[in-house]
Amino acid sequence: MAFADSLVCRECSRRYELGALYFCDFCFGPLEVSYDTEAIAGTVSREKIAAGPPTLWRYADMLPVERTSATDLGAGLTPLVRADRLAAELGLGELWIKNDTLNPTNSFKDRPVTVAVAKALEFGLKTVACASTGNLANAVAAHAARAGLASYVFVPYDIEPSKIVATAALGTVVKVDGNYDDVNRLCAQLNDDYDWGIVNVNLRPYYAEGSKTIAFETAEQLGWELPDHVVVPIASGALLTKVAKGFRELAEVGLVEGGKTVRVSGAQAEGCSPVATAFAEGSDDVRPQKPDTIAKSLAIGDPADGFYSLAEVRASGGAVTAVSDAETIDAIRLLARTEGIFTEPAGGVTIASLAKLAQGGRITKSERVVAYITGHGLKTPEVVPPGELPVIPATIAGFQDTYETKE
Amino acid sequence: MPATVRIPTSLRNLTDGSAAVEVEPGKLTELLGDLAGRYPELGARLLGEDGQPRRFVNIFVAEDDIRFLDGVDTAVADGQVVTILPAVAGG
Repeated sequence: MAFADSLVCRECSRRYELGALYFCDFCFGPLEVSYDTEAIAGTVSREKIAAGPPTLWRYADMLPVERTSATDLGAGLTPLVRADRLAAELGLGELWIKNDTLNPTNSFKDRPVTVAVAKALEFGLKTVACASTGNLANAVAAHAARAGLASYVFVPYDIEPSKIVATAALGTVVKVDGNYDDVNRLCAQLNDDYDWGIVNVNLRPYYAEGSKTIAFETAEQLGWELPDHVVVPIASGALLTKVAKGFRELAEVGLVEGGKTVRVSGAQAEGCSPVATAFAEGSDDVRPQKPDTIAKSLAIGDPADGFYSLAEVRASGGAVTAVSDAETIDAIRLLARTEGIFTEPAGGVTIASLAKLAQGGRITKSERVVAYITGHGLKTPEVVPPGELPVIPATIAGFQDTYETKE
Repeated sequence: MPATVRIPTSLRNLTDGSAAVEVEPGKLTELLGDLAGRYPELGARLLGEDGQPRRFVNIFVAEDDIRFLDGVDTAVADGQVVTILPAVAGG
């Protein structure tokens, strides 16, 4: 059973009943799900989790909705792979990659969405929607189809064409003449007029909780130990804040040893770096920007959780770095070449930031590090075009004339 | 022609049910002052003691976030719409 008991305002601690609400009427602060932690601690165990399904629903006791197969496309329990070749290139020690490109719609967004759509079913809603830079749209359309709900997914008009192909087969894609922040504003306004479950608006408290599972899995896959340092891409900042919260909750319910703070670092693109800028300036004021970056899935100029992600990074002793588009592309190729994982630019931003943090001594060789790769490279094929490849005659000589092999 | 301030659904109990309130055009800070004068409880929820919008309140004039304009000094023209939205959506 689910142990969520109420929604609570992060700013003024006012409590609300569990409903399709996302902000506090009194101070406009974000609402977050509150749980009966003692009850969870009394029922949850490593053995119970291990006996659960091979998806994120194995952590249902720590999620705000009853476990259901109605929205289960298999999100979660993605590989955590040791990345020794990449670590050697970057001068790091124990490095792991959490390969979240291997979710049902090839991005981490399947995690929050399987939870949010389950909540939409519980609330009796017939239609789900979202404001998206592309990955979320795909996840919402897929999980809505699985659950038998209608979906409207709103995206900026200029997102990568590949991000729309699958989504358009699954639901209704609405292209908006504006950037993500315009799309987001529109969806917040639509929320007043439509009785929908907009996953990152009125279902946001539940939706965001789904992202904790990437931290739960990290610990479980490390043999129920916490890493020392994690690097997380920042778009809205919700993933980063939930990763930090996820690690804390594991200790609170007794699944891992307490007393350890995981250092959490954030990765942004220079062309959309409101959180990195505030971090560099030592400011709490995350000022909005007009994004201009190839990392379109991170192109949120006004991040809803910018303030809180900054707080998590500072409190844990992490850092936020911004990297250029060129560094991002180099990092996509580096990850592919060294570890066999092909990522979209968000993952390139994460690996380039990891490199920068290592160079700057912010991450040390003695740390056990996990980097989160959140979206698949085939979603953005135009970013690393293979170029003109020679066509050889179908003969051994034809091959040998064109290619010099090493062995 | 007046300007209009759109009120989010959950705060309409503070404006006697009105979804939109008409105000005199001018500087945004004057408009908000006018609104707060007529609906003091609404004013207290939107603005901090310094008269600035609270951290999690976003204000748009036409379709533009006032942080890209002149903040609370942004001029609101005849017929323009001011939209108040929670900042915590999206992502």
